Amino acid sequence: MLLFPSRSAHPDTAIILKEAARRLDQPTRRLFLRQALGLGSLTLLSGCTVSDGLSAERMLGNMSDFNDRVQAWLFNPQRLAREYPASAITRPFPFNAFYPRGKSPEVDPAEFKLEVTGLVSNEEPWTLERLYALPKSTQITRHICIEGWSAIGKWSGVRFSDFLERIGADLTAQYVTFRCEDNYVTSIDMPTALHSQTQLTFWFDDAVLPRDYGYPMKLRVPTKLGFKNPKHVGTIEIGNDYTGGYWETYGYNWFSGL
Amino acid sequence: MSTHDASASLDKKQLLDKKKPLHPVIVRVTHWINALAMVVMIMSGLEIHNAYPVVPFSFPRFITLGGWLGGGIQWHFAAMWVLVINGIVYITYGLVSGRFRRKLLPLTPALILAEVKMALRGKLAHEDLSIYNAIQRLLYAGVILAGILAVLSGLAIWKPVQLGWLTMLMGDFDNARIVHFAAMASIVAFLIVHVVMALLVPRSLKAMITGD
Repeated sequence: MLLFPSRSAHPDTAIILKEAARRLDQPTRRLFLRQALGLGSLTLLSGCTVSDGLSAERMLGNMSDFNDRVQAWLFNPQRLAREYPASAITRPFPFNAFYPRGKSPEVDPAEFKLEVTGLVSNEEPWTLERLYALPKSTQITRHICIEGWSAIGKWSGVRFSDFLERIGADLTAQYVTFRCEDNYVTSIDMPTALHSQTQLTFWFDDAVLPRDYGYPMKLRVPTKLGFKNPKHVGTIEIGNDYTGGYWETYGYNWFSGL
Repeated sequence: MSTHDASASLDKKQLLDKKKPLHPVIVRVTHWINALAMVVMIMSGLEIHNAYPVVPFSFPRFITLGGWLGGGIQWHFAAMWVLVINGIVYITYGLVSGRFRRKLLPLTPALILAEVKMALRGKLAHEDLSIYNAIQRLLYAGVILAGILAVLSGLAIWKPVQLGWLTMLMGDFDNARIVHFAAMASIVAFLIVHVVMALLVPRSLKAMITGD
């Protein structure tokens, strides 16, 4: 697991972290290329020559983009993630982040405001008090990590499509981007954002969402892998420009639908 | 053994009459594409497996592909298209042409048992490459089924919401991973026997390249 400074007050933090991520990526990339080159026969698959490892990487990137389109096409907005009985809840629920436990950001509830930007008609920031007053729904669903483990949890909050309507979001926009208090970033497609089980979550297991699981709020997306469920959400941005995300920069598939 | 002999003479007759190769070109091409795709799927799959192992150990790096979880996934989800499209071509041909029926049937427990006994006495026939003995039939039919199971359990892991019925058929997500791993392990077990036999009977390897 890669270590990252969890928070910084510097105004350029986001840019610096992005650049660092790109540089950190290099050893991984080299390792990956060395392995790719070791298998000369694989060049048949990629259509590249052995001396041109980068084209193997490009081929894999193109395939991942192709898989994004296939998954968007496969996505049925009516299909629901299975809901489980309370007896199936995984306790204790695992902690997972790009930093170790205890490094999660500390958010002051009195100071905190959720920012909404981009293609929205009402950019007024939201206090926690106002967010908590929104209509509440609850789900017991399976969280599936890209690493292969899964866990069943109980999340409560506002249906995200309700929230998008309240802020006057352009529902024909392509992307919803989440910028988080721990500098994590990810983005999802609008059809998934509007899915009836996609939830802006403030409570976990009938208590206020704990710091480990994303206080003050996370986005719960039971139709996507865990890393597409951002914690400690601070800004929600609606737009038509692809914004990618933290793990997506390293090569995780962007759509990552379940 | 009479059915055996009947199909043997039929195959020989076909060989003489039409000078048909032992393995038609479509079988040879799909065989080698599958070999390549399967190796990439297994090696990248082991890389993915290592992120959260099903078995209580991790596989060494030299047999994994991708360098890390994200790289392994990229290889896996690229090669899956080659494996599945090629597999559909191979299986469709096998069913439509009657090759599966000719080569893999009949397949009964009694036949297999009889040939295991013969093999233990060192009397297993492997002379005529166009005829598969019952053990070969079992292994070739078995690996095709294991390949289909690997793809189905893989789909169950990839799309547990969109293909939720398939995931539940596998006993939900965590079990689907075990099924997927077991299917892979069966294919690897087959592969070891298959490669050893091909090396022991080089004519069979040549036949899969040149056709005869």
